[in-house]
Formats: sequence, structure tokens, C-alpha cells
Amino acid sequence: MRSIINYLKEIILGVWSLLKGMKVTGSYFFRPGTIITQKYPSNRKDLVMFDRFKGEVVMPHNEKNEHKCTGCGICELNCPNGTIEIISKTIITEDGKKKRAIDKHIYRLGMCTFCALCVKTCPSNALAFSQKFEHAVFNRALLIKTLNKPGSQLMKGVE
Amino acid sequence: MLPEIVAQNTSPSLSVPWWKVVYNFSPLTEWIDKSLHNAMTPFWTTVTEMLIIGVLILLFYALVGLFLVYAERKVCAFMQNRLGPNRVGPFGIFQTIADLFKLLFKELVPIKNADGFLFNLAPYIVIIASFMAIAAIPFAKGLHAIDLNIGVLYVIAVSAMGVIGVLLAGWSSNNKYSLIGAMRSGAQIVSYELSVGLALITIVIMAGSMQLSVIVEAQRDGWFIFKGHIPAFIAFIVFLISSTAETNRGPFDLAEAESELTAGYHTEYSGIKFAFFFLAEYINMFIVSSIAATVFLGGWMPFHVSHWEGFNHIMDFIPPFIWYIGKTFFVIFMMMWFKWTFPRLRIDQLLTLEWKYLLPINLVNVLVMAFIVLMGWHF
Repeated sequence: MRSIINYLKEIILGVWSLLKGMKVTGSYFFRPGTIITQKYPSNRKDLVMFDRFKGEVVMPHNEKNEHKCTGCGICELNCPNGTIEIISKTIITEDGKKKRAIDKHIYRLGMCTFCALCVKTCPSNALAFSQKFEHAVFNRALLIKTLNKPGSQLMKGVE
Repeated sequence: MLPEIVAQNTSPSLSVPWWKVVYNFSPLTEWIDKSLHNAMTPFWTTVTEMLIIGVLILLFYALVGLFLVYAERKVCAFMQNRLGPNRVGPFGIFQTIADLFKLLFKELVPIKNADGFLFNLAPYIVIIASFMAIAAIPFAKGLHAIDLNIGVLYVIAVSAMGVIGVLLAGWSSNNKYSLIGAMRSGAQIVSYELSVGLALITIVIMAGSMQLSVIVEAQRDGWFIFKGHIPAFIAFIVFLISSTAETNRGPFDLAEAESELTAGYHTEYSGIKFAFFFLAEYINMFIVSSIAATVFLGGWMPFHVSHWEGFNHIMDFIPPFIWYIGKTFFVIFMMMWFKWTFPRLRIDQLLTLEWKYLLPINLVNVLVMAFIVLMGWHF
């Protein structure tokens, strides 16, 4: 008798769990609003990527063409692929001291795996990720980018 | 069947206004038959009629196949929060036509050490089996190629023949994936054919006939799923499950389990031969859905409630063909819903489901139905 009850119970529970699954897919089917696919090339103009999207590494500059990069080279050391190369120079400050500053922050996009170690380890938060993701170019040389803009300087107060 | 030969000298005309044909196709078919008889000898009349029916079924077959592939992809996409095909034509409706052309132009790759004759024969057996089944389906009033008095039995027998093609395909490909897929398919069909038959027998007990036109006509005052209440509903569910398994679809697609067997029995097929298997799968789904619609949901019969004359009259305004297509696509949608919700069963789970659950339930159900019919407890 117990085995028969268990048999019937099994059937009812099985059908119940199957119906639960069908409810989920059925609700998706009848609510087209749940579709998350984007029609990419046709919605390119109003396409908004999400905040934490890792597009490419950039160095934010403020309106006075100043950045926060001190040229310490921690990002270069941390990069697992050798994507970043720092070329530093020595400048003489107003009070006559010699100081290390950045000449070129070279970023090779073609070698980057977007692991974000450079962005995370930067002591002065000089690097960030942009939202741009259309990286295709016709010449490989265009993938080598200099992140600091020409004529830019270190922001005041960043050591 | 073909109507009797009537000697007539005057040129025949349609006995009803042309727009009434959508409610009853028999005047149209009779008119075609008489016109042909006036024009040629009885032998050539029969040949011409067979040709006309063959071409019509072939056209219908191709159209349904193309539409079902598109519908399946769209339904699957919506259930998975995707868009599905949307590039070729508005909402991607020409996608399957583009796919068809691609398949037509593809190379037919010859397989080394394959059994050539059987390898080429298999797709034709699969497609002929579904072709023969579609002939016995009543599409609308008077639109019925052959009305056998054992229609239900004929459809079960013929649609089960497709598995021979599957087995041949798996055997002749000389490929272990194909062979495993075909063997699974064989085990599956042998088991699930029982449930399909018994579920239909439940309704045959109620209808008292195996002739599909009689079964449809018997549902004039209510569909069998409502007339037979509980046992008919259980039979409908069992039929849905076992016919899904019989067509090698949905959670029961072990014969072509992509993740384990690459493509199962049609791994080695390419081009139009693959298209035949692909098309046959969808047409088989259409056939079992139309059988479910005909036997359980009244076929082309509009939704009638006995003694509600006004309501019945309004329902009669919708042409029978629309009713038939609507019910069939409802069942097809249910099968697609199954396919895109449930995970694939293992072979032992598949056989457990049939022999330990569906078959005992079905046997008890047949008994209950017979008792209910004897006591007159149905509507």
C-alpha cells in the first residue's frame, strides 16, 4: 500500500515540478519585454554599455590637460602580458629638485586581455576603463596607443 | 476515396456559391472530379486526380516544413529571452527559405565504407513514411485524401515506419555515433508506440470507430477531451508525451543528442539528404499534432456546446480549416514548449518513464474509459 502511495506521490510531484518549469518558460514566451538580445548594429547610436564594462584602458585627463600618472611603473610590472610600457623622464621642479615624471604611457591594445590588474593596482587611480568596445582597425600599428595626451602634466597634489 | 464515376454530358458547375467552399470542400472536389471525367477516360481521370493530390500534399508539406522550422526557432528564442531570426525579411520570415537554398546547393559528401544503397535509401523511407501518414488526415470538411475505415490504425502503423529509415541511416553510415543514435531511436519507438496506441484506443472506445471522419463527426456536440472528461484528459497528456518521444523530439531527442552524439543518426548526411531528415522531423511533429487535434480536440469541427444553438452558430462561421490549423498549432506549440523547457532524459530514465509510469497509467485509463462508456457517464 505504501509503495502505491509513493508511486502516486512521485507522479504528482514530478508533474508539479515539470509544470513549474513550463511556467517559467511560458511566462518568458508571453512577455516579449523580457528579451535581452540587442539588435546591435542598428541600435549603435543609442547603445549604452554598463558601468563596469571593460572596454579599453584609458587615462582620464581633466580640463587643464592634467592626469594623475606619476610614472611609478606599477602597472607595467603587474601586467601579465607586457601590454604596458612606461617611458619616464626626469624633470626639474620649481624648487630645483629632480623628479621622475612620465614621458609616454604606451598601451598595446592588441595584447591586452582586459584583466584590470593595472587599473586595480594603480596607487594614484590614474587608469580607468572606457566603454568603447569597437576596437577593430585596419592597421596593427593603430593598436599601440599612448595614453597620456601630448603636453599633459601631472595633476597638482598627486605624488 | 475517389467518388464514383458519373456519366454526364453537360459541363458541370459548382453546386454552391464559391465562397461557401471554405465551409465544405466536397462540392469543389466533386466538381473537379466531374470536369475531369468529362474531359478524359476514367483511367486518366484517376491518374490526374492522384497527381493533383500528390502535388498539393507536396506543396503543403514544403510550406508546413518551412513554417515550422521558423516557428520553432522563434518560439525557442522567446522562451530563452532571445529574438531569434530577425535579419532576412521582416521578423526573419525568409530565414528558412534562405536556409533551404543553402541546403539545396550544398555538396552531398560521399562516405567511405558506407553501405551506399541503404545510405541513400534511408532519407526516402523517412520522408515517405511521413508522406503516407499525411494522406489520411482530415484537413477540413471534404478535404481528406483517403478516408480509411481504420484511419487511426493506419496512421500509427505508417508513422512508425519512419524508424526503419532512422535505423538504416544509423547502420549504413558506418559511424559509431550514427549507430548509437539509431539504436536508441529503435528502443524508444518500440516502447513509446505502445503508449501512443493505447492513448488513441481510449478515444476509439468512446468514438466506437477508427475512421477519422467518423471520429470528427462524433465530436459535433463537444470535443472528446471534454466529453470524456478525466480519462480523455489523461489520455491526451499521455499522447502528448509519447508522441513527442515518438517523433524523437523535445526532452526525448536521444537519437540525435547533439551534446553526446554530434547529430545522431544523420551525422554523416549533408545537403538535401540531411534536409529530408530535418523536414521529416518537423512533418512528423505536424502529423502527430494533427492526430492529437483530430482525435482529442475535434479536428476541423468548430467548438460546439450542446444545446447552445446561438453560440454554435457563431462558431460555425469560422471555416473548418482554420479550426484544424489552430488546434494543430496549439498542440505543436505545446510540444515546442516541452522541448525548450525540459532537459534531455537519459536512456534508462526514458524507458523507466514509459514502462513504469505511462504504460500502467494508460492501461488503467483504458479500463476506466471503457467503464465510463458502458455506464454512460460521459457527456
